[in-house]
Amino acid sequence: MSAQQIGKPANRVDGFEKVTGQAKYAAEFSAPDLTYGVVVNSAIAKGTIKNIDISEAMALEGVLQVFTHQNRPGYTWRDKDYQDKDSPPGSPFKPLYSNKIQFSMQPIALVVAESFELARYAAMLVKVEYEQEPHDTNFEANLPKAYKPKKYKATPPPDPRGDAAAALASATAKVEAEYAHPSEHHNPMEMHASTAVYEDGKLTVYDKIQGVKNSQQYLMKAFGLAEDELRVISPYVGGAFGSGLRPQYQLFLAVLAARELKRSVRVVMTRQQMFSFGHRPKTNQKFAVAAASDGELQAIKQEVFAETSKFEDYSEDVVIWPGVLYNCANVELTHKLVGLDVYTPLDMRAPGGTTGIYALECAIDELAYEVGIDPLEFRIKNYSEKDQNKDKPFSSKELKECYRQGAEKFGWSKRKMEPRSMKEGHNLIGWGFAQGAWEATQKKAAAKAVLTPEGKLLVTSATADIGTGTYTVMSQIAAETLGLPLENVSFRLGDSSMPMAPLEGGSWTVSSVGSAVKLACEKVQETLLELAKKVDNSPLQNASIEDVIFSDGQILLSQNPTQSVSIKAALAQNGGESVEAEATQQPADKQQNYSPYAHSATFVEVKVDEDLGTVKVTRIVAAIAGGRIINPKTAKSQILGGAVWGIGVAMEEETMMDNNLGRFMNHDLDKYHVPVNADVHDIDVIFVDEQDDIVNPLGAKGLGEIGIVSVAPAIANAIFHATGKRVRELPITLDKLL
Amino acid sequence: MNQEKPRGSAEGNRPRLPETRSVTLTVNGVKHQLQLAPWTSLLDALRDHLHLTGTKKGCDHGQCGACTVLVDGKRINSCLTLAVMQEGPEITTIEGLAQGKELHPVQQAFIDHDAFQCGYCTPGQICSVIGLVNEGKAKTLDDIRDLMSGNVCRCGAYTNIVKVAQEALERSTAQ
Repeated sequence: MSAQQIGKPANRVDGFEKVTGQAKYAAEFSAPDLTYGVVVNSAIAKGTIKNIDISEAMALEGVLQVFTHQNRPGYTWRDKDYQDKDSPPGSPFKPLYSNKIQFSMQPIALVVAESFELARYAAMLVKVEYEQEPHDTNFEANLPKAYKPKKYKATPPPDPRGDAAAALASATAKVEAEYAHPSEHHNPMEMHASTAVYEDGKLTVYDKIQGVKNSQQYLMKAFGLAEDELRVISPYVGGAFGSGLRPQYQLFLAVLAARELKRSVRVVMTRQQMFSFGHRPKTNQKFAVAAASDGELQAIKQEVFAETSKFEDYSEDVVIWPGVLYNCANVELTHKLVGLDVYTPLDMRAPGGTTGIYALECAIDELAYEVGIDPLEFRIKNYSEKDQNKDKPFSSKELKECYRQGAEKFGWSKRKMEPRSMKEGHNLIGWGFAQGAWEATQKKAAAKAVLTPEGKLLVTSATADIGTGTYTVMSQIAAETLGLPLENVSFRLGDSSMPMAPLEGGSWTVSSVGSAVKLACEKVQETLLELAKKVDNSPLQNASIEDVIFSDGQILLSQNPTQSVSIKAALAQNGGESVEAEATQQPADKQQNYSPYAHSATFVEVKVDEDLGTVKVTRIVAAIAGGRIINPKTAKSQILGGAVWGIGVAMEEETMMDNNLGRFMNHDLDKYHVPVNADVHDIDVIFVDEQDDIVNPLGAKGLGEIGIVSVAPAIANAIFHATGKRVRELPITLDKLL
Repeated sequence: MNQEKPRGSAEGNRPRLPETRSVTLTVNGVKHQLQLAPWTSLLDALRDHLHLTGTKKGCDHGQCGACTVLVDGKRINSCLTLAVMQEGPEITTIEGLAQGKELHPVQQAFIDHDAFQCGYCTPGQICSVIGLVNEGKAKTLDDIRDLMSGNVCRCGAYTNIVKVAQEALERSTAQ
């Protein structure tokens, strides 16, 4: 009877716009007399600008202004006015603040001209003289200066449990190893862009951002603007993966220029400039793990050293994973930062999980081999029934079902334990396993629902869709709650005038915004029931909201579904007015007693050419326990994307620092390798059944990040199984295998 | 933008700007006359001058394929060619594939197979699949993967894009 929109593999509701080129991204909004801004970046990593000569650029007809630290207007320069919702502790970077250079490729000027080509040319004519100072960009050389930050951005390292040192000293099987993870850049396909449209003293800014409210509040503070003087809009985001969590410098510069010139200004970063701000931090991890001869884990010691900038203490959840994934009595965890003359690192898809779970799952694989137990068997033996960091049970955890279904699909039982024991002609075959987790957080969020007399529903919330499927799943949740066909529902997002939503990140959007959408639609239900009672001879006269269901455009008595009032008839009782409701949903108190996580089990097959060392990831089976799946089609795409990212992490991605210049060398898509079509073969995605009435009112866990975390370690473990070689430094390129 | 004469001064070392010239582009069956500086790429001409923003800029260096368009049915990176070099041929962009609400079969297949997420590489991927079919070189799945590797999809929709391409090739051989 029910419309049953939740659980349907519906096509994306924004699909038509995207496949026809009608979906507009931040750089694609136009305005009368639009001007174009091009950013000039610093050539050095540390020092001061001695002189900046803009005269040649300014001499060109059509160049309107070159903004620098010398001529920028005097706005507020307090740290707190530049902090945003994702700022780490410290002093945020302020564009054009002074002549001081804090990192290579720092924006130092904005050229604004009547055409893009002209601005780009004029930018080349800006002459800069620097007073260079020695820079610290060498991570390894600065390891001795590693420090514990006064305040961690993420969870502080959990307290030690038991006595890891003693357990390690007396253990029968032990592995000590060091794992290195390089810096990586998000590189969404759409480059960061802002179009600031100036009209009658007010600004409408189209920005690439994972939360329009964050950009709006940042700009209000930095420029001293009132909320009604500034609207931020972002209907489509061409990927972000975390790069859009913080407002980036093109936003500040576009708005600065628009306000000064009283003209509309568009600033788009180049692909090279996409390497001039946040990135996944370079991280070294020392692991010492120990087990008894029967495979029982006895100790985990994890020591993390991670890159940050000299001006902000960025940290992420690298050391929480032993406590989430393994039952172990003796654990010791530390997390120190290495301050460098680089831009502050920035959350990148599963920050901390991607690095932390990679190293943990490789160390555990090594230990399983040390003991001589099948790596999957080893996980089953040390399965954790509770989150030991918080000493709380999980809200749900169907990871064992992931093991079972994943292993069956993959054919794990046919695996031979011995490395280099499985061959196919020229190729060494390797089968690897890893498991993962990602927190299933719910945040406070709001949504508004408007049901017109014609029965069309419009739901709004200031969230984002960075490709995750927000438009589609929110429409499904609303349609299900009110028993409407999907085509009668539209969901709108990405406008700062809409109800509050948290940043679109952390895999919490379905959980947070979805729950708010559900609540707003439930409020509409209540009004509709009251209206339905006014219908002549209404069979719902004495019904309360618990007695009815909304399905197929009808309000039905659940005990006697033949008794119903159509939603249209109820709406007709509202005097031609729409029914509206706005609701704010907060996490329920009962969540406090549980630890909510999504879980993954990843099985990987690699084929390694014995002579050439080339690696192909031929098969991935990803089994996911992610609660209730709202849309199996878009959900699967999230996991597929995570798996492709895992291939990038394991085998391709690395931003390399030239320590002489203090600059990332490979700052384009030619030399920074991301997976391409030829790198990706078979990927199977399994969602196991998982009921969870604690995590949020929908029972759904986010899927944006759980898909990546256990892929890279499963690949690394598969490469070991194929070759007998442990490469503990990502990415695993063929030079490291030969 | 109408620049009849060189801008800036020719004296000393002061920079000169190139003269603009009239360029006629045939895009999606319509002729457009534009006044362009010769350094304007086909991509920027489409996006900034014709407001056909369906063709995307992802790198401006021919490294990502987001700007793929069809020139006389052949797929090219529109960031690697200048607008002045494209007078004459039929240029087809993503905006020229559907007939009103009626999508091109490859566009519909992208929706049905969920072969995109953020949608930014999608117009280029779609043009590239159509170009791939026109070339007639791809025979196997590995051929498709290789020959579609010039179009980066950071969201990682590759396995679904391959399904679309496979279907499109089957459709073309059936015809």
